[in-house]
Amino acid sequence: MAGIPHDHYEPSGKGEKWLHSRLPIVGLLYDTLMLPTPKNLNWMWIWGIVLTFTLVLQIVTGIALVMHYTPDADLAFASVEHIMRNVNGGWALRYVHMNGASLFFIAVYAHIFRGLYYGSYKAPREITWIIGMLIYLLMMGTAFMGYVLPWGQMSFWGATVITGLFGAIPGIGEAIQTWLLGGPAVDNATLTRFFSLHYLMPFLILGLVIVHIWAFHTTGNNNPTGVEVRRASKEEAEKDTVPFWPYFVIKDLVALAIIMIGFFAIVGFMPNYLGHPDNYIEANPLVTPAHIVPEWYFLPFYAILRAFTDEVWIVQLAGFVTGGIIDAKFFGVLAMFGAIAVMALAPWLDTSSVRSGRYRPMFKWWFAILIVDFFVLMWVGAMPAEEPFNTISLIASAYWFAYFLVILPLLGVIEKPLPQPATIEEDFDAHYPVKEKADGSAAAPAE
Amino acid sequence: MLKKLSLATVLVAGLAAPAFAAGGDGYTKDYAFSFEGVFGTYDQNQLQRGLKVYTEVCSGCHGLKFVPMRTLADEGGPALPEDQMKAYVAQFPINDEGANMHLYDAELDELRALKPTDHFPAVNSLGAPDLSLMAKARAGFHGPYGLGINQLTKGIGGAEYVASLLTGYTGEEKEEAGVTLYENKAFPGGWISMAPPLYGEDVEFDDGHSNSLEDEAKDLAAFLMWTAEPKMDARKATGFVAVFFLTVLSVLLYLTNKRIWAPIKRKV
Repeated sequence: MAGIPHDHYEPSGKGEKWLHSRLPIVGLLYDTLMLPTPKNLNWMWIWGIVLTFTLVLQIVTGIALVMHYTPDADLAFASVEHIMRNVNGGWALRYVHMNGASLFFIAVYAHIFRGLYYGSYKAPREITWIIGMLIYLLMMGTAFMGYVLPWGQMSFWGATVITGLFGAIPGIGEAIQTWLLGGPAVDNATLTRFFSLHYLMPFLILGLVIVHIWAFHTTGNNNPTGVEVRRASKEEAEKDTVPFWPYFVIKDLVALAIIMIGFFAIVGFMPNYLGHPDNYIEANPLVTPAHIVPEWYFLPFYAILRAFTDEVWIVQLAGFVTGGIIDAKFFGVLAMFGAIAVMALAPWLDTSSVRSGRYRPMFKWWFAILIVDFFVLMWVGAMPAEEPFNTISLIASAYWFAYFLVILPLLGVIEKPLPQPATIEEDFDAHYPVKEKADGSAAAPAE
Repeated sequence: MLKKLSLATVLVAGLAAPAFAAGGDGYTKDYAFSFEGVFGTYDQNQLQRGLKVYTEVCSGCHGLKFVPMRTLADEGGPALPEDQMKAYVAQFPINDEGANMHLYDAELDELRALKPTDHFPAVNSLGAPDLSLMAKARAGFHGPYGLGINQLTKGIGGAEYVASLLTGYTGEEKEEAGVTLYENKAFPGGWISMAPPLYGEDVEFDDGHSNSLEDEAKDLAAFLMWTAEPKMDARKATGFVAVFFLTVLSVLLYLTNKRIWAPIKRKV
């Protein structure tokens, strides 16, 4: 099934035909922009554009910052201050780039949870989902390495803690850690390789974003009903869809402009709110900060990492069964990466035949708890590792895994879904009733 | 040597604690500053007074190594007139190698006087931390429950922390590993190795402004906020322009969107 039937680009005139027979680039752009898009998409479908915009924003500000930044353990911190004080508009570049990372993650979490609620991960969109998860992993790697570059205290100790996770892998862990760091500890070699990779990875993300878009342009967008666009004929498809341009381009731009108001309010009025004060202290290998806290967007998974201590029975069991190969530290690492892995496996863990959470009465509640769970994990991730936070993070981590490994598979069996609309058109007409009853064609889109 | 080492350890341990741990530990008073809030700007006179407190008291032990001295003449800062800024730079002694390595020019291989393009000297007596970014490297407010929500109303509280620290001495002292520690209500852990630097009436202001301990502390805290965030005034101004034009753009795009969708939604 090669997509939703729609009009394709027809070159007119000599010049266009000449180009089209050699490089059909105008046709590619036309088909991309004119993609038939379900006309009932709601405001949760705007995050893709926000993310694409943010990626470009980060690349552009990043390239400008590189012109003034010095990746050297002795000079990096001072070079950031040089950007903040001496470079024209340097403070703006730096604060936009710094808060751009937060914008990126706010948008990606909204985007992911949108997909989880409306079942966007289900067949036939599994590949779109998996590529999205890869993009998310690359984003985390990029953000983590970027945070090391200012070479503040949190940069240094965050790098020490996170690369230490790889050291927890039995047997080969230490070798991997040394390889990642370029030496026995975080030092100049670490900074320079992180700088190099921080520059490289956004372009890998860009490549994957193109594949991500390609994949869902092949399957068509999901939509709030989860009901597929009818695609037996072009006429039928046109009842369910409108072209991406101009309808959704303009709608997405409305959302983007409103989000930019909030973004520039933060950059202008409270640029350090989402950061950590310790990162304005230059890195010092001899002084460990009292609490090493990652950036807010890593906190939920950091909480899962720390939740599994020696005292948890499942950790003890794992240790016993594997003869001590899996200790608490390694278990925590497995849990952290596992938390993302189970999310990536959602297409195969969810057994329900109904795509959208809108028509799943039980799922709705479990999903709402998952959202709360996510914020609870974010909060305990920032708290010191002591009671009652240990217990809270353990319960919250357990729910995260239970949602994907137990609840999603079971719900598909025991839940009785609500009736779904037969078509997207039916859903749309229910919101925007047809005026002339006799003549239903009043609302046919112009293009 | 051993004494110096243990002193360094205490100092280092003291420095490490503040930023995040300060949660329930130290008490930060919510002083009012002119630069707070969306509309807040630096008070030029206050920054000049703070510069005087720094120069006459703090600079003995603490440097400002990231701050170019020419920026003392910048708009949105102390805004010293050009000649006063140059006179300020010229007052630094040329022949004080011990305290001030910046006066040694490695390229010329000789001692030379400071120039406006130089930074403040990187003084580091007895491990005293550099103050360039101090007001951004500390958070005065954290709550409730570590959520940081009160930073939305009170601000992050770096300047408040600095002022609270300078006025927070109780007068109690104790000896620990050969080091004198001073009790301080604002300092996390309660004991700091820095002796009380200000007592009130430490400096005389030319315009006769109050030089009580609290006023001096606030003036200095404001000055250190400026050294940490010298482009704040410009930043907020830019923020307003950006928010204003994006709001206009949002309204226009919203109306465009409504118009475009009207036929599809049968609203014409």
